[in-house]
Amino acid sequence: MHNGSGADALVIDDLHVTVNDMPILKGIDLHVPKGEVHALMGPNGSGKSTLANTLMGHPAFEVTSGSVTFKGQNLLELETDERARLGVFMAFQYPSEITGVRVSNFLRMALNAQREDEISAMEFRRLMMEKMRLLRMDPKFAGRYLNEGFSGGEKKRNEILQMAVLQPELAILDETDSGLDIDALRIVADGVNTLRGAEMATLVITHYQRLLNYIVPDVVHVLIDGRIARTGDKELALELDEMGYEAITAAQEA
Amino acid sequence: MAVKSADIGLDSYKFGFHDDIKPVYKSPKGLSADIVREISRQKDEPEWMLEFRLESLRQFESKPMPTWGADLSRIDFDDIYYYIRPQDRQARSWDDVPDDIKNTFDRLGIPEAERKFLAGVGAQYDSEVVYHSIREDLEREGVVFLDMDSGLREHPEIVREYFGTIIPNGDNKFAALNSAVWSGGSFVYVPAGVKVEVPLQAYFRINAENMGQFERTLIVVEPGAYVHYVEGCTAPIYATDSLHSAVVEIVVKEGARCRYTTIQNWSTDVFNLVTKRAVAYRDATMEWIDGNLGSKVTMKYPSVYLMEPGAHGEVLSIAFASQGQHQDAGAKMVHAAPDTSSIITSKSISKDGGRAGYRGHVSVLPGAERSKSNVVCDALLFDDESRSDTYPYMDIEESNTAVQHEATVSKIGEQQLFYLMSRGLTEEQAMAMVVSGFIEPIVRELPMEYAVEMNRLIELQMEGSIG
Repeated sequence: MHNGSGADALVIDDLHVTVNDMPILKGIDLHVPKGEVHALMGPNGSGKSTLANTLMGHPAFEVTSGSVTFKGQNLLELETDERARLGVFMAFQYPSEITGVRVSNFLRMALNAQREDEISAMEFRRLMMEKMRLLRMDPKFAGRYLNEGFSGGEKKRNEILQMAVLQPELAILDETDSGLDIDALRIVADGVNTLRGAEMATLVITHYQRLLNYIVPDVVHVLIDGRIARTGDKELALELDEMGYEAITAAQEA
Repeated sequence: MAVKSADIGLDSYKFGFHDDIKPVYKSPKGLSADIVREISRQKDEPEWMLEFRLESLRQFESKPMPTWGADLSRIDFDDIYYYIRPQDRQARSWDDVPDDIKNTFDRLGIPEAERKFLAGVGAQYDSEVVYHSIREDLEREGVVFLDMDSGLREHPEIVREYFGTIIPNGDNKFAALNSAVWSGGSFVYVPAGVKVEVPLQAYFRINAENMGQFERTLIVVEPGAYVHYVEGCTAPIYATDSLHSAVVEIVVKEGARCRYTTIQNWSTDVFNLVTKRAVAYRDATMEWIDGNLGSKVTMKYPSVYLMEPGAHGEVLSIAFASQGQHQDAGAKMVHAAPDTSSIITSKSISKDGGRAGYRGHVSVLPGAERSKSNVVCDALLFDDESRSDTYPYMDIEESNTAVQHEATVSKIGEQQLFYLMSRGLTEEQAMAMVVSGFIEPIVRELPMEYAVEMNRLIELQMEGSIG
């Protein structure tokens, strides 16, 4: 299983991040090789979304020390759009609404931004429709304005659609399960499972174990107060579900 | 521009249709009754038009400068040439055209022949061949599509019946000025029941005169007829004239429909002060689609007077103001009869300290029962230095009406840009995407080639805007 130890992995080394001068991440070490799905679990406020946004380069998060490399490149030196073009993708917990911009136009522009040559309109349409079928989305969806008036479930599905079309090499799913009912959760998980493979490293961020019944992780990390408190296999998630995060906190303090 | 040169035979110039040698006439700077007389004499106009011009000049002189809206104090009426014959306008050379304008031509892919024309350098730029073939089709149906001077010569009775009736010469100081010294513009007449399928583009018969400072346009749409008139272009028009003051009058009769689309992109030293007004009769529809990108100052409030039951008026407007620009755009709707309706949709965008806004007036006269009006104005700001103003005046003198007004102001958000950039778009592309989306409800109403160019122009506007 742990065969992707090459230079292509996401490697986070002693990462410290502040928001408005408040330390949130306090020394994260993480190694996610291609071909693996790692789950990052933790209570609210532990820094899960901060890590996701830092990896994507959100300007509000300041890296004070440590390093992040992906495919051998120093991610921290790259702008958000450069990271995206390198193959980094984040499925947002709260995707922005962009009025007047149709899902299909946006997707095509995003795809073209990452390609050497522009995809033809026909080829793009075929690709998009195929991915929409996979996610059981109504074709009309493509003509709607990006995230405007979308239900919570539609927004999440739209994030996974973008991931399916863009085919990233590092996918970060930031609480993609929040706000989803069980049917939507299954569809989203099916989508992710179809995409996982030897060429993609995946970091699934979640508060609950529920999602991990459907997207079975290779490795589970528990983030508490800005540090990785424990790392284990998928059984760790079940353990957490039973005992709660307090048990880990208590064990740490003991 | 909207049409590729190959499509309309721009290269027909080489066949030399227009190499007549004409005497030079250029009025001295400043305005006087003598100059007005000379303009009328040069054009060989009927006596009534000369009288109209002279009366307009008196109106102009008696009216104070407007003190509301934009700052007009820098206009020096004595430092303007009020009439230069079109064939005498070629005073500049290509080398005098500023580099940024040339670059924009490049980026928009404006054909060579058009560039020179738009920049006010080359010789007259001809699209006569296509224009003529369109005209032949139209003429068979009795449609008239001429420049205003020819309209006056060839259809004096129609012109006399309507000219200056929608916008009287004393309407406002700049309408009075236009009425005194007007030149060029379009005359369109659509007979009853005729639906003109192709948009009539001023572009097709564009010539130096049409680009003048004081264009005058009159459109008469007879009962049951339809026409879409398109003026302007997305390419910047480089004018050394610092004042552009046009008047557009439109009559839409029973059951008829008229749509008037403008894309204005004057260079940023121009004062653009335009009066546009339409009257709509029973069950008629008048639509103004108005995009204002260029100029230093624009004051323009297209209006519709809804005169009889069932009349409907619409204004869709975009105002984009960048550094040093003030776009005071808006609309005016007058409900003068029962069961009339109007919709105003205004989108303004301000960046780099620019100022764009909406100034609107909805008036419901006594007896205009069951009138409906819906006003939506949205403003998008790029930064804290830019400014947006909304002045929605309402005069409702009838109780049984439904008038709604909504206004929003939003700033391009860090989170939106982050979201778009996380998909690989550069910051400029992300901004352009937000702006294009913001104006999409209006851009989708434009003829396709204008819509494409509009979006390209927005992308250009974003360049270099990243601090």
